Amino acid sequence: MTKLAPVLSAHWDETDSFTIEAYKRHGGYTASAKALAMDPDAVIQLVKDSGLRGRGGAGFPTGMKWGFIPQGDNKDHYLVVNADESEPGTCKDTPLLMANPHVLIEGCIIAAHAIRAKHAFIYIRGEVTHVVRRMNQAIEDAYAAGYLGNGVELVLHVGAGAYICGEETALLDSLEGFRGQPRLRPPFPAIAGLYARPTVVNNVESIASVPAIVANGAEWYQSMGTEKSKGTTLYSLSGHVVNPGQFEAPLGITLREILELSGGMRKGHKLKFWTPGGSSTPLFTDEHLDVPLDYEGVAGAGSMLGTKALQIFDETTCVVRAVLRWTEFYKHESCGKCTPCREGTWWLVQILRDLEDGKGSEADLAKLLDLCDNIMGRSFCALGDGATSPITSSIKYFREEYIAHVTNGACPFDPIASTLFEGADAK
Amino acid sequence: MTPDTDVIVEQITLVIDGFEVTVPKGTLVIRAAEKLGIQIPRFCDHPLLDPVGACRQCLVDIEINGRAFPKPQASCTIPVEPGMIVKTQLTSPVADKAQKGVMELLLANHPLDCPVCDKGGECPLQNQAMSNGNPEMRLDGVKRTFEKPVAISSSVLLDRERCVLCARCTRFSDQIASDPFITLNERGALQQVGIYEEDPFKSYFSGNTVQICPVGALTGTSYRFRARPFDLVSTPSACEHCASGCDLRTDVRRGKTLRRLAGDDAEVNEEWNCDKGRWAFKYVTATDRLTVPQIRNENGALVTASWPEAISAAAAGLSRGAAVLVGGRTTYEDAYGYSKFARVALGTNDIDFRSRISSDEERGFLAARVVNNTTTYRDIDKADHVLLVGFEPEEESPIVFLRINKQFKKRALKVTSIGSKESIAVEKLSANFVCVQPGQEAAAVATQELTDKSVILVGERAAESAGLLSAAAALAERTGAKLAWIPRRAGERGALAAGAIGNLLPGGRPVADAAARVDIASLWNVDSLPSEIGRSADQIVSDVNDGKISALLVGGVDPLDGPNPDTTVAALKKAFVVSLEIANSEVTKYADVILPVAAITEKSGSFLNWEGRARAFETAVDSLNRSDLRILSMIADEMGHSISLGTVANAAKELATIGNWDGTTVATPNVSVASAHSVFGEQAVLTSWRRLLDLGTLQKGEENLAGTARRTVAVISPKRAAALGAVDGDLLKISNGNGWVMLSALVENIHDDAVWAPRNSAGSQLLANLGVAHNSVVTVVKA
Repeated sequence: MTKLAPVLSAHWDETDSFTIEAYKRHGGYTASAKALAMDPDAVIQLVKDSGLRGRGGAGFPTGMKWGFIPQGDNKDHYLVVNADESEPGTCKDTPLLMANPHVLIEGCIIAAHAIRAKHAFIYIRGEVTHVVRRMNQAIEDAYAAGYLGNGVELVLHVGAGAYICGEETALLDSLEGFRGQPRLRPPFPAIAGLYARPTVVNNVESIASVPAIVANGAEWYQSMGTEKSKGTTLYSLSGHVVNPGQFEAPLGITLREILELSGGMRKGHKLKFWTPGGSSTPLFTDEHLDVPLDYEGVAGAGSMLGTKALQIFDETTCVVRAVLRWTEFYKHESCGKCTPCREGTWWLVQILRDLEDGKGSEADLAKLLDLCDNIMGRSFCALGDGATSPITSSIKYFREEYIAHVTNGACPFDPIASTLFEGADAK
Repeated sequence: MTPDTDVIVEQITLVIDGFEVTVPKGTLVIRAAEKLGIQIPRFCDHPLLDPVGACRQCLVDIEINGRAFPKPQASCTIPVEPGMIVKTQLTSPVADKAQKGVMELLLANHPLDCPVCDKGGECPLQNQAMSNGNPEMRLDGVKRTFEKPVAISSSVLLDRERCVLCARCTRFSDQIASDPFITLNERGALQQVGIYEEDPFKSYFSGNTVQICPVGALTGTSYRFRARPFDLVSTPSACEHCASGCDLRTDVRRGKTLRRLAGDDAEVNEEWNCDKGRWAFKYVTATDRLTVPQIRNENGALVTASWPEAISAAAAGLSRGAAVLVGGRTTYEDAYGYSKFARVALGTNDIDFRSRISSDEERGFLAARVVNNTTTYRDIDKADHVLLVGFEPEEESPIVFLRINKQFKKRALKVTSIGSKESIAVEKLSANFVCVQPGQEAAAVATQELTDKSVILVGERAAESAGLLSAAAALAERTGAKLAWIPRRAGERGALAAGAIGNLLPGGRPVADAAARVDIASLWNVDSLPSEIGRSADQIVSDVNDGKISALLVGGVDPLDGPNPDTTVAALKKAFVVSLEIANSEVTKYADVILPVAAITEKSGSFLNWEGRARAFETAVDSLNRSDLRILSMIADEMGHSISLGTVANAAKELATIGNWDGTTVATPNVSVASAHSVFGEQAVLTSWRRLLDLGTLQKGEENLAGTARRTVAVISPKRAAALGAVDGDLLKISNGNGWVMLSALVENIHDDAVWAPRNSAGSQLLANLGVAHNSVVTVVKA
């Protein structure tokens, strides 16, 4: 039985965990001092050795990404932290920054040193104003304490509410002041990123994991997790569970274990379907309770670890309705640059809405799947791919439920039964 | 696309649909396929714009050295690689399905209004939906709708429902024209082309976006709903507006020109043209068009005459000894007709095509350095430094601007501009602006450091500052830089080559050279040619006024274009005037014989652009009107000195046999610069240029086009503004002994001694209002 392993979240329960004093009390800013004394290449090697992989979804080895930055090219390098956490179900970076902003700042100092950047940027989701305030205060405190401003400048940039800006090149465009739309690659950000200079774009959690690695060593980090997915990570549990929230555990823990550790499904209900990594990763069902939640395990079962956003739905939920909601989200967030995503999401919503309303036909399922086939892998970036995941996976596992909508002429579910407050009065 | 340099590029061989093809490194897959005749459908792709990969229509399967891409790739964004195997829709069912899927989605929100759409019949979406689309549409929900059309400028209308968001228009405006006044905004299916409300799409090149729009989303206001493409008769044409020399296509429906499109000439205009060339053609059908000959009767009134009457009256009048003023807008062949007519029929070298401010220094410069000049657009492509002298490319030869801009965008080509006011183009090109007092440009030219890879582009306004052309020639001599002269009017280089100037015979042969005269005399089958160098336009006008010349043959001249319009009008009043014109003008008002001639679209011929490159065109509109040279031929016959140029083809054939002069050329003039003006207080030195869109005669009747003209302003420096207590928008009065203009002030980067105003714009016709346009002291006060 895998246990929780709080590293990033070790001190979140302390009331002053977000302050610089609390951070230093637990050894904060010693890792950066240690890293700054090291050769940058040694820092990159350390992170490579640790096996840390990107926590934003794709799971690319962080150290390798740093190593792609051309050295000695006499150009400015930039570190950009992607804090534009907007994936439905994903809520790890926001609480991390609320509870411990300094771990990200320290991570930035180390990463900037490693890639020889003098400027780091944190691109943060604009809607989370409380986090923006807390982050600003933390940056101010870090400057006052001299951790920032002595070789590394850190800028917090607040986004304006676009999911697409979580895509790294759209984020760079947005950071440069343009409308956020993904860029043509190549050139990749490592060669021509922010202001056409070599740039590393990392997720908040990836960078925040670095201080602990520097402090405790690659071996320590490697000792956690699975063969190819090292270390601990934050799983965001939400939906029809007793205790939603962030659970930090070694990679490879299963949903069954997390549910047991967290208190399980809401009383009297059983698991129907869930997302392993947010809404753009194909759905799982109760068949997948024992799939190891690491990069390879989830991929092997036909989905993606993504952002480890475990959205849990019990048997009261209409999967068609849930998928329609997600698809509406993608339609709203499609940037409009490429045809398949822009037009495809517009039409997917119309077909799904008809199906949910019982106005569809069985032929619509074939049409939906064919449309998804025409969007998946045909779009400019992964947003379009993600939009098709809930549709194709839900039809795969719940085809009968779709057809029930058709034969019923209406949704067979009571939407009220799926609300979290259902039955609350009776208690 | 043509390579910009002569560097040999590595060749790469790949396989597309089973066929091997070898292309230069860097070629995109979609273009390599074209080379094999394999047409991959596309919308956002355009060979002259940076790849964007937005529409996803051109998806193909690609494998490199046995490693296949997991999903279809956009062939418009991927350069070829050795060992690449490409499978297009022809051989890959995956690519075929991907393309059909994208096409279905593009059509899903597209209105089915093809029968009333301007693009219907020549629409890439329509065509490719037929060639690469599903026969049936499965998406039958609610289409996205928008209010339409939206005017993004007075010339261009936007239909957002038809738009496929390929971003060709926005990329063109940004990458090619450097006028990023339109952009995509909003997101998802609501993404749309938009303008900043207070700043419409006022680009001189906006019409290109209409042409490259792959659907009917952008339409020209003047053409909208006027025709179906299959009702149009298209004729290859050349633009008559400026010396850039754009290749055009003229589309005519039932004898009426309805639109003109940029033609495709990689050496000259690539695939672009300016809005004037595209949209200014109604002058041909303007209501004051002349159709029949007229003769001034004994009461001084103009009366309709028969052609024989008019020809014989013209011959009689001109026999008394006449000079020839021919404007800079005639075709090469017509200019040759005037040139031959002057020498053979009139027995004089008194001919000048420069119906504008000119100088003797300029005439010498043209003979010595321009008539056989071989500088081309390619030299701009290869230049290490472009120096602009008395020349505003965006206003005076827009395609030259696009060409310089292309190299600036591509490799930060260094540009230096010598002048008195920083222009928008100077800003766009990040040019080094050398600011001098108007008239003092020569000193700045003399100190420039150039190499033999540099190009000096001299505008016709250089003639307005004494010593400037001499200095430019000397600079080219000293540094080995290429030198080119770029006049504003389309016919000037041709007229120069045809010898429609007092010091040169056709082919750049000096009048003063006996051997040159013998050359031409034998060709023309005459005993001898007049040997005395002819008078310049200015001299002709003053000699008419002094009674030394009694008759004038005038073709296509506007007195308001020249210095001192009053003296020109006086000369026209005094002399016996034979006017060859398309429409009533300031010249026909005083003419004794008026002979209507064919407009450009009604005849064939050619222009020589600033490079000296022939730009031939065919008759686009049938009419009864005759070309100038046909009429000149008739007059010459009547006078008993035949010039034997019955048809344009005859003239072209004769011109082709002449060849360039290979004897001694005349010496380059060496005129010294005049001393600077001393200006005090409210005095300023006037400077100006003509804007591309202004009150030019050839823009008559084009209100939509006029709506995108730049604002008429008087530009003063911050220092002068402070002294006058003036701010932007205040009225300024610019005056001299001849008159005044009253204009809104704009405080900008201009020499402190100078004031700038547009030369021929609404409210600011400087030659008419002040009698001067440059290098002359005026008074500037706050009104």
